[in-house]
Amino acid sequence: MSAAPLQRVARWLPRLSGRTAVIGVPYLWLALFFMLPFLIVLKISISEMETVRFKDLIVYADGVLRLSIKLSNYVFITEDDLYFKSYLISIKYAAATTFWCLFIGYPFAYFMARAKLTLQPALLMLVMLPFWTSFLLRVYAWKGLLSEHGWVAEALMALQLDGPLLRAGLIESPGLFMNTPFSLLIGMVYTYLPFMILPLYANLAKMDLRLLEAAADLGATPWIAFWKITVPLSKAGIIAGSMLVFIPCVGEFVIPELLGGPQTLMIGRVLWDEFFSNNDWPMASSVAVVMVLLIIVPLALFNKYQAEAQEARR
Amino acid sequence: MNLIAKYFGRGWLGLGYVFLYLPILALVIYSFNDSPIPSKWGGVTLKWYAALAEDREMLAGLWLSLKIAFYTACGSVGLGTLAAFSLVKYRRFKGRTLFSGMVSAPLVMPEVIVGLSLLLMLVSMQRWLGFPERGTLTIWLGHLLLGLAYATVVVQARLQDLNPQLEEAAMDLGARPLQVFVLVTLPMIAQSLLSAWLLTFTLSLDDVVLSAFLSGPGATTMPLVIFSRARLGLSPSINAVATVIIVLVSIGVIAASYWIAHKERQRSKDLAAAQRALP
Repeated sequence: MSAAPLQRVARWLPRLSGRTAVIGVPYLWLALFFMLPFLIVLKISISEMETVRFKDLIVYADGVLRLSIKLSNYVFITEDDLYFKSYLISIKYAAATTFWCLFIGYPFAYFMARAKLTLQPALLMLVMLPFWTSFLLRVYAWKGLLSEHGWVAEALMALQLDGPLLRAGLIESPGLFMNTPFSLLIGMVYTYLPFMILPLYANLAKMDLRLLEAAADLGATPWIAFWKITVPLSKAGIIAGSMLVFIPCVGEFVIPELLGGPQTLMIGRVLWDEFFSNNDWPMASSVAVVMVLLIIVPLALFNKYQAEAQEARR
Repeated sequence: MNLIAKYFGRGWLGLGYVFLYLPILALVIYSFNDSPIPSKWGGVTLKWYAALAEDREMLAGLWLSLKIAFYTACGSVGLGTLAAFSLVKYRRFKGRTLFSGMVSAPLVMPEVIVGLSLLLMLVSMQRWLGFPERGTLTIWLGHLLLGLAYATVVVQARLQDLNPQLEEAAMDLGARPLQVFVLVTLPMIAQSLLSAWLLTFTLSLDDVVLSAFLSGPGATTMPLVIFSRARLGLSPSINAVATVIIVLVSIGVIAASYWIAHKERQRSKDLAAAQRALP
């Protein structure tokens, strides 16, 4: 290669500021591999098929510009019971998972944040460690624990908890815990619990404890101070944790597949089947678009919180 | 009252940790289970480990997964550092809100949506350009998207805690921006880069959904092998491979934490020495 083009490049390079490059590379990457794919899914969900190819949405022929948008997939989603039910079941289980994670996780994070300062790094590390071991394997482990003769199944029988679970409709027959709403819920709560604990702990550990002293001086009991001061101050952590649990749960596929049963057909599975079993790409795309619409409000809430948390740190 | 709260707190934490660690413990113990019924205990054996050594499908999957995880971790830390740097150092630029939204969205976006949309784009791209084939490369692209989000969060937290005066001092002493970054910023965020690398490595090693959408013929990662077997029922071979992974990852994480703690101590010692040197 001759030197001239190289020199030209070398002269041009400094003009491309470092700032542009630093922002530009990840920006372009995300635009290309995250944003663009969504637009393509949106397009495919309203495209007509022509044998194996999708037709263009806008066609110009003989002086006529044609825009064709096929809405039959969306009409089908609203008319067919299967889709409506699956969306409903997904939201139901995502909401139940969020509730139980908050119920278990809030006191957990609270007591972590109030433990001895020297102990806290170890307690935090112990919550993070399961992250490092495969999530798939940990979900699979519940299959063993809840099957017949499994530790947890035996313990539940010994405590005679299968009766109440049966009455709550979480299991179908006494003594059988696998492939029921109960096993699905345990798997989901187990998997997502750390996602609830970590933001709550970060929030509660930062709290100014002098506020509680002030409340006590003014005559509040610890219980009242907890509900009137600690809980409202941890609102940001509650929202962040809940969104971190709720949004991915709506589209969860692996846990219902391994631990769920016929009662718990969630929308992630429906999308999976449309794509892999039926090979119906436009239908799978439409299911995905509707799912995005369902989670768009929680997603916006989550992004807003993320941005605010960053601002608050400085 | 306070005493009750104290013991209640300890009890809650204790039960919580039992809940978190019980499945991991069960996986390891049952990998030594000598019984035809996988969920029933029947004595100690090493036969599942012997079978694992012969398990071509699993071993090939493991090797492929390790390769993809290595490239994912390197790529995620590189891109994630750039993204974190943009978000922390440049307060204003065009489309910053969109950028920060795109960075954090993969953290929560259901993987079926990310996998489907990325696959459909790559298929369209292949029709136009004849590339890329579905396989290792496409899986890597998907994992990178997820890893980028996690790496950015980790590095960003560290960058925000840095004292900007150190970088300003280097700049006052005549260092160019790139020199400041390499000589001052990089050594100070090295620990977070290591954590981000390890986190994205394990994320990639673990991923089922993205890999299922993006894999092609001949590119079956270990989680896909495990998942297809786990769907059929309990299989002790999974327990054996799980134990091997848990041991390896624990060693890696413990070694890394030691290194990070050591670096941290050294840094505070250096800082104290510098303070003492001041008149």
